[in-house]
Amino acid sequence: MPKRTDIKKILLIGSGPIVIGQACEFDYSGTQACKAIREEGLEVILVNSNPATIMTDPEIADKTYIEPITAEILEKIIEKEKPDALLPTLGGQTALNVTVQLDERGILKKHNVELIGASIEAIQRAENRDRFKQTMDSIGLEVPKAVYAKTHSEAKKVAKQFGFPCVIRPSFTLGGSGGGIAYNEEEFDSIVKRALELSLISQISVEESVFGWKEYELEVMRDKADNVVIICSIENLDPMGVHTGDSITVAPAQTLTDAEYQLMRDAAIKIIRAIGVETGGSNVQFCVNPTTGRLLVIEMNPRVSRSSALASKATGFPIAKIAAKLALGYTLDELPNDITSETPACFEPTIDYVVVKLPRFAFEKFPGADATLTVQMKSVGETMAIGRTFCEAFQKGARGLEIKKDGWDFGGNLPEDELRQKVSTPAAERIFYIKQALSSGISIEELHEMTGIDPWFLGQFAYLVRQEEALKAQAEQMKACIHQQVEPKIQEAGAKLLRMAKQFGFSDKQLARLWGVDESHILASRQQWDIFPHYYLVDTCAAEFEAKTPYYYSTYENPVFHIDKGPVVEPVVTKNKKPGINKVMVIGGGPNRIGQGIEFDYCCVHAAFALRELGVEVIMVNSNPETVSTDYDTSDKLYFEPVTLEDVLNIVHHEQPDGVILQFGGQTPLNLAQGLSAAGVPILGTTADNVDRAEDREKFKQLLDELGLKQPPSATALTIDEAILTARAIGYPCLVRPSYVLGGRAMEIVYTDDQLKFFAQQAFEASPGFPVLIDHFLEDAIELDVDVVGDGKNFKVGGMLEHIEEAGIHSGDSAMVLPPHTLNDDMVQEVRRIALKLGESLNIVGLMNIQFAVKDDLVYLIEVNPRASRTVPFVSKACGTPYAKVATRAMLGQSLIEQQVPEGVSLPYFAVKESVFPFTRFFGVDIQLGPEMRSTGEVMGIDENFGRAFMKSQIAAGQILPTQGTVFISVKNRDKRGIVAIAQELENLGFSIIATQGTAKVLRHYGMNVDTVKKVHEGRPNVTDLLKDGQIQLVINTPSGRLPRADEVQIRSVATAQGLPCITTLAGALASVHGIRELSKEQLTVKSIQEYHHMLSV
Amino acid sequence: MSVKQAWLILEDGMVFPGVSIGAEGKTLGEVVFHTGMTGYQEILTDPSYCGQIVCMTYPHIGNYGINEEDVESRKPWASGFIMRDLSCITSNYRSSQSLQAYLKENNIVALANIDTRALTLHLREHGAMRGAITTSDDFKAILKEVLAFPTTSDVDFVAQVTCKEPYTWPLEGTDSPSSGPHIGVMDFGVKYNILRSLHKQGARLTVFPASTSAQALLDAGCDAVFLSNGPGDPAKVSYAVETIKTLIGKLPIFGICLGHQLLGLALGGETFKLKFGHHGANHPVQDLETKKVEITSQNHNFALRLGSLPADTVEMTHVNLNDQTVEGIKHKQLPVMSLQYHPEAAPGPHDSHYLFERFFEVGFHA
Repeated sequence: MPKRTDIKKILLIGSGPIVIGQACEFDYSGTQACKAIREEGLEVILVNSNPATIMTDPEIADKTYIEPITAEILEKIIEKEKPDALLPTLGGQTALNVTVQLDERGILKKHNVELIGASIEAIQRAENRDRFKQTMDSIGLEVPKAVYAKTHSEAKKVAKQFGFPCVIRPSFTLGGSGGGIAYNEEEFDSIVKRALELSLISQISVEESVFGWKEYELEVMRDKADNVVIICSIENLDPMGVHTGDSITVAPAQTLTDAEYQLMRDAAIKIIRAIGVETGGSNVQFCVNPTTGRLLVIEMNPRVSRSSALASKATGFPIAKIAAKLALGYTLDELPNDITSETPACFEPTIDYVVVKLPRFAFEKFPGADATLTVQMKSVGETMAIGRTFCEAFQKGARGLEIKKDGWDFGGNLPEDELRQKVSTPAAERIFYIKQALSSGISIEELHEMTGIDPWFLGQFAYLVRQEEALKAQAEQMKACIHQQVEPKIQEAGAKLLRMAKQFGFSDKQLARLWGVDESHILASRQQWDIFPHYYLVDTCAAEFEAKTPYYYSTYENPVFHIDKGPVVEPVVTKNKKPGINKVMVIGGGPNRIGQGIEFDYCCVHAAFALRELGVEVIMVNSNPETVSTDYDTSDKLYFEPVTLEDVLNIVHHEQPDGVILQFGGQTPLNLAQGLSAAGVPILGTTADNVDRAEDREKFKQLLDELGLKQPPSATALTIDEAILTARAIGYPCLVRPSYVLGGRAMEIVYTDDQLKFFAQQAFEASPGFPVLIDHFLEDAIELDVDVVGDGKNFKVGGMLEHIEEAGIHSGDSAMVLPPHTLNDDMVQEVRRIALKLGESLNIVGLMNIQFAVKDDLVYLIEVNPRASRTVPFVSKACGTPYAKVATRAMLGQSLIEQQVPEGVSLPYFAVKESVFPFTRFFGVDIQLGPEMRSTGEVMGIDENFGRAFMKSQIAAGQILPTQGTVFISVKNRDKRGIVAIAQELENLGFSIIATQGTAKVLRHYGMNVDTVKKVHEGRPNVTDLLKDGQIQLVINTPSGRLPRADEVQIRSVATAQGLPCITTLAGALASVHGIRELSKEQLTVKSIQEYHHMLSV
Repeated sequence: MSVKQAWLILEDGMVFPGVSIGAEGKTLGEVVFHTGMTGYQEILTDPSYCGQIVCMTYPHIGNYGINEEDVESRKPWASGFIMRDLSCITSNYRSSQSLQAYLKENNIVALANIDTRALTLHLREHGAMRGAITTSDDFKAILKEVLAFPTTSDVDFVAQVTCKEPYTWPLEGTDSPSSGPHIGVMDFGVKYNILRSLHKQGARLTVFPASTSAQALLDAGCDAVFLSNGPGDPAKVSYAVETIKTLIGKLPIFGICLGHQLLGLALGGETFKLKFGHHGANHPVQDLETKKVEITSQNHNFALRLGSLPADTVEMTHVNLNDQTVEGIKHKQLPVMSLQYHPEAAPGPHDSHYLFERFFEVGFHA
């Protein structure tokens, strides 16, 4: 069945901002889909509000709408573009949900848009728990017993029937958000309430508990001719009860016999058919009772998912790309397997290695959040590791997580009762406590009882513990071997042991610690004994066919030899003899975390694209399976490896690149700079000296003095007393932060000695033994983010972003606008002059990001980062110039003049970047913004009018500002004067105002009509009652300080949980009022990014 | 665990070091690789592997141990077993024994910790070849033995695996006998799951030794004949080809794997040896009639040559989408059909189970 000829134009919906449960995997799948569809000569109309994605690059789709993903906006796009079909299965739950809304409102029918991939019926059969259960019943499959409820009392009846624990899940949400496990009535009541609120259709299910059962996922694909194949099986290490996204997962399944696996496979095939996903990929989750083998179906996603991205990376089978082609009418047997190119895509990948995925968490950013892992996803990123054995892959994954572990390390020594408690509770660190449990002699059987983790995995862990003990026992002998103080025969035994240790995935650092030698000695011994990894291919077929795509992982194997000819040596890559730079390695950013996410992957991908355009061979190194950078199509060679010095140096040894690019992947690759330079690896871009001048506090101060540039006064302190004296000398308010931490960890603004004492103590604890840094804080200053690109001689300001919130809020969390909307021209020119001057002084080759604060017409420098920043994709998209590519070309020697890089800044429109936060996942955590970054993603709102651009950014971020109703206002004293104008404007726009007593008094003083409402501690009914009753449509509540009062936290938490817009800064309120005013004047309109860019060229 | 060094030595002189994990001693055979990720117990007990040393490409083997049910014949047949990693622990609710204990108990020499991917690549490049697993480091002497060892085409392996006396299926006490059509199974090394599948369709089964004559089958009152799977080169089983020739036109015939090759020979076709065979559970096969693709379980080193079969009487019904080899044939006029692959699975996907039904339709309802 060849491609359909009746569809020419396809609408594709992306997944919007990165949030917990929906990360860059949908950029990976969406980008693949766009390419696959355009390859077939069809036109792609793309909608995605997330500017940090590769898919929203203007070249990826024919028309790209960086607009909010709502039914209203989509209708406008459909009206304008008149697509023939909509493909809703590649943009995660967001795309699926909005598609359902479009259908319900009759928009698809009205505009004659055909759904391809999955029909509305199929989506509903999969998503609606009732219909799903009916469908499973009809094909003889079981689901956990469950009853649906639309009200609290209905739910309660069911709970009585099932008993505790039971599971509560809301229908129609993302990533299982809002669900939970209730062990008692009290927990039950609170979870049910939240779940009912979060469900888009106010429906929840109460289910029998299948806690501790084994959990599996199968990735299934189906074509129009009803061919069905399984791409990958995944087994969760953490049993049922922990969300798959938070589980350590392993591919392929490890503990199923063929008979059991085939039953699961049969079930998955029946399910995709019965649900009626016509074409494309789906993911089916199962659980298996470990003692009886009873198989239950948990759920099915009728779309590509996080797991399908993982499955693609785990097997080499490009699920999203194939899914897109199948939606166009092809059948699986008509499409080639990319990897072999000779065999068809209609087959099932088989693998000859083990894949382990480990989640990365960020609980340190959300003090007060419940860090127990439950059915609601909480992790913010993941790393994947490939090895020939579970032990090898797991250890690689543990160091790839970048949580300061060199493998499966646990240095602690907990008392037994605490250890048992830690091991019994699913949490981020549990896997490390298990190590102590095993080494302290707790048996596998007992651990299985305590954790529900399958004995097979525990057995592997126990095996690793034994290996480590055995290695340690050999320390003296190994030390002697390594220092060459023994007979050749014993040396040989030492070499053998070292190789064996590497086969178990031990890093050089771990071995150095075990044997009491320096890491460099281990490397020297590996060199002497020729113990380097083999790089094996991910080839979909366990070596049965020749693979054409160079997608590698490292492993250590026993060397093979020939009786007569001796050792079989792998062909060594010889250093390129051609002059110039012909082969470049780009180092990626590893797992996503708060502060280092898709923005950096975007830059790495752009570097790869630019290098390939220049004809340079690109080698990508990264460990994040969600990303576009780890698509084997992105670079010439992909090494799926942990981003550590050892792993990168091994690849350098193997590949002999002419240069390495570190400045795009965030802090991860930068941390390798020293080690790589020491090993003589040429680093492209700004020289290490100049990087040092920007990063070293003292040197940087000196540079600023030379240039006559201002910085807020600052100093360091080694004790609390010293800190107080310093702060007084500098003058309050002060910004306090620890040394050597990133993303604003433990950074706080303090106004008094008492506050300083408290936070300085925290800072000392965050970075023990190092001074705390104290800066004068410029209150109410305007903050700016400026990206500079340079080629060493010429420098250009890429974008100048004005923060909408005042200084003091982490730049990653602040809303920003390009071009600056309140700064006057003179100041813009002054900032620009300083930025260029700094670029010149630091001889920037590539990118640099500078943060400025402007107060009373004076420009202060806050921070300089001589590398790509989080704002690069946003600026590139807003200005129509791909700055990461420009920077890459500059690193390769192409001047900015040659590249004809235009000056940025002056745009005939406004682009607003807004951040998206995971607060709904961490109930009870205060949502106020501060110097510590907590957002997971970003959106862009773009329009010719600032108010409308801001409004779009708010809608896209899920903050739907009302145009009528009641506003609740409660602001801190400092803001009381500033709020008046805002409140008046809201009143003029027809809003009713209610306020707490103090705020109300001020507003009344200015002649406003304001109702007073009680604060939480003032009795009832109070503001939270009104919030819960739906009597308030907008909350403006600025925190009274960095140690907020409990009732403020409660107000903001309740508002967030209710999905009400909650504004926590005056500046944010001002911009919002601006937006509301514009929206009440005129409806929002849509325009593609290509159209905006066209405006720049005319 | 005390580990004993061991090696795989191939006839071309390649040596793969590892450790001995099965029975003591040495074994010789043809080395093949299997790409299935599960099903080692079924593979070990599949008589088609008689004479072969099987290397599993999936690295962890033994994870779920050995159970009582998943056996494909009365004992394991493989000459040797090779894997990257023998699981240090067994975990499955049905498991009654560890793989290692089973290998030792059944006297199967096995090798672990070798670079199975390097071995697979080598066999892919150079073809299946003879080899030895040994704990002796006198490589030259072992190599000599390997080179003197008979090749697959020198030996009639069927004679080693076929039953000595006819028997009926189901085996006593395992399942209730059926009253449907009586099928005579020519046992070239039949897998139990074929018998289970035919039984499930309602057949009464008698299993006959491979050397049974056509007349004896007819005399036994068979309503149809089933030609089973089995090991080795079909050319070594010419006696069976003669039997089949006689039966064509007299009874409906259904063949699987070796049975399919023998049927092809009886119909006038030729067979040839594949470079490294098909051993796995992920081979796409297209049913040429419906155009649908099924994912199949495969295990064969020989295949029917496309075009060698008389076009007026025989047509290809199934084709392998990886290498376009013949996967199924049928007689244009008679109820005679066969498959190269394994619709009974075990191990492998169940996609092709419908072919047992089709056989019944063709054989008994047409």
